[in-house]
Amino acid sequence: MKISSQEVEYVAHLARLEINEKEKEKFTSQLNDILLYIDKLNELDTKGVEPMSHAIAVTNAFREDKTSTSIGTEQTLTNAPDARGEFFRVPKVIE
Amino acid sequence: MELNQLTIHELQEKIKNGEVSALQITESVFSRIDAVEERVHCYIRLMKEEALHAASKADDDIKKGDIKPLTGIPIALKDIVCTKGIVTTCGSHILHNFVPPYSATVVEKLTAAGAIYVGKTNMDEFAMGSSTETSWFGPTRNPWDLERIPGGSSGGSATAVAADECIASIGSDTGGSIRQPAALCGIVGMKPTYGRVSRFGLIAFASSLDQIGPFTKDVEDCAIMMNILAGYDPKESTSVNAEVPDYRQFIGRDIKGWKIGIPKEYFIEGIDPEVTAAIKKAITVIEQGGGQCVNITLPHTQYCVATYYIIAPAEASSNLARYDGVRYGLRAADVRDLLEMYRTTRMEGFGAEVKRRIMIGTYALSAGYYDAYYKKASQVRALIKRDFDEAFKTCDVILTPTSPTPAFKIGEKTDDPLQMYLSDIFTISTNLAGIPGISIPCGFTSGGLPIGMQFLAGHFEEGKLIQIASAYEKNAKNEKRRPAL
Repeated sequence: MKISSQEVEYVAHLARLEINEKEKEKFTSQLNDILLYIDKLNELDTKGVEPMSHAIAVTNAFREDKTSTSIGTEQTLTNAPDARGEFFRVPKVIE
Repeated sequence: MELNQLTIHELQEKIKNGEVSALQITESVFSRIDAVEERVHCYIRLMKEEALHAASKADDDIKKGDIKPLTGIPIALKDIVCTKGIVTTCGSHILHNFVPPYSATVVEKLTAAGAIYVGKTNMDEFAMGSSTETSWFGPTRNPWDLERIPGGSSGGSATAVAADECIASIGSDTGGSIRQPAALCGIVGMKPTYGRVSRFGLIAFASSLDQIGPFTKDVEDCAIMMNILAGYDPKESTSVNAEVPDYRQFIGRDIKGWKIGIPKEYFIEGIDPEVTAAIKKAITVIEQGGGQCVNITLPHTQYCVATYYIIAPAEASSNLARYDGVRYGLRAADVRDLLEMYRTTRMEGFGAEVKRRIMIGTYALSAGYYDAYYKKASQVRALIKRDFDEAFKTCDVILTPTSPTPAFKIGEKTDDPLQMYLSDIFTISTNLAGIPGISIPCGFTSGGLPIGMQFLAGHFEEGKLIQIASAYEKNAKNEKRRPAL
């Protein structure tokens, strides 16, 4: 087993996903298959190979520190599931 | 021929000659939609009223002699590109009510070029899939056989073009999501070089792999669309500030003296014999056109799918962390506290495939596993890119099948994610290496399903792809077929 059902539960918690028992079982078996397949990469010796995160040379994109127009609070809040005044409203964080 | 069946360049000719109006073209597209859309389901949202309004405005411009490259041309947009004021769902329940406050750069560019928008097309949820079956809105059907999938994730955009429910469309390609559905639907689809087309306003899946590109009915239309889409965008930090050629100049040129690399790793067991036969026939056409086919090797090909299924989910798990029910989209009702809101919103809002990829990505990036998975995959990615660098020292372009099989049946692979992932085996390496690729039709199976062929070139060499694709299209003289719907 590459991944146990306890680990699946822990990963779901890290990813902030609620999963039920049935999903946990299914994900454990599917993730095992996928991770076993990915083990193929260990056939390759990659010692000394520089990891590549972008396929083309990417440099920091700087711009002049000048103010320009933005979308604004009112429009930003139009998609909010719950807004009050200038704020997004959420359930309480601390008991 | 009906107007909705024509290409951009044919319609533009008729508009310039005063033979047709933008309104006639647009009405022709919508009457086709009325006739077939119920069976095909390639749109999530239709924009008929807006389109007819835009068409009458276009006709005013035409009367004044103001004709831009897409004036009067009905275009469909994958529902992953943001459209200001128009719901953009990414095929997901979690964004079912999201109204973007701005438009993607590609949308701004198409609008400036005169495009008329038909609607937003169906897709796999968050572009995660190879069949358009993971959409929250239900699957799209392949117009050549309604029992089969159109490919994915841009299956709606590919189908809309193939079924003549628009003239051209926009897709996005993270591991083959433009080229594979183009192949399975019998049309032209291009994934440009990473950085060639701005991703500003493209809902992110895997940011180091995502790229926007066009679906068209022929290669000349692909060049017309690339002329509009390509170019630097200061709003997108990975957009590359490099000169953009006029892609139409590559149409009609020959390929005499070109070396075309045929990678032996792409002709493996498990590939459909009818696909192999079609590619062999296409190779003959290329050689008759003056190209010389040479054997090449891309030794790390067999590791592409494994590499991709670490890197793409890792980036996705990070990108999709933003869907938390706070600022936009779905929020679960009746929750006690913030943590429960996050967990329940994401449980209700995401489908199984999206959850699966978030889980793989989260696991691969978690403490203790990062080196074994993400770092390892990033190293193999470097080796895959090196394969292409070496290959392009000995050839101008590479020719491969686009997909190992023609369109498969709806439901055939939904219970086996790994089998579904393997259907992208020939398209994934392109995204890992950041190079451009094009898929063009190269025949049909005996059962009447389209087969696609893929050309690949070095970074920023889309012009070469258009040149060889156009030369093939001209020399092959393949019969023009249309799906019988």
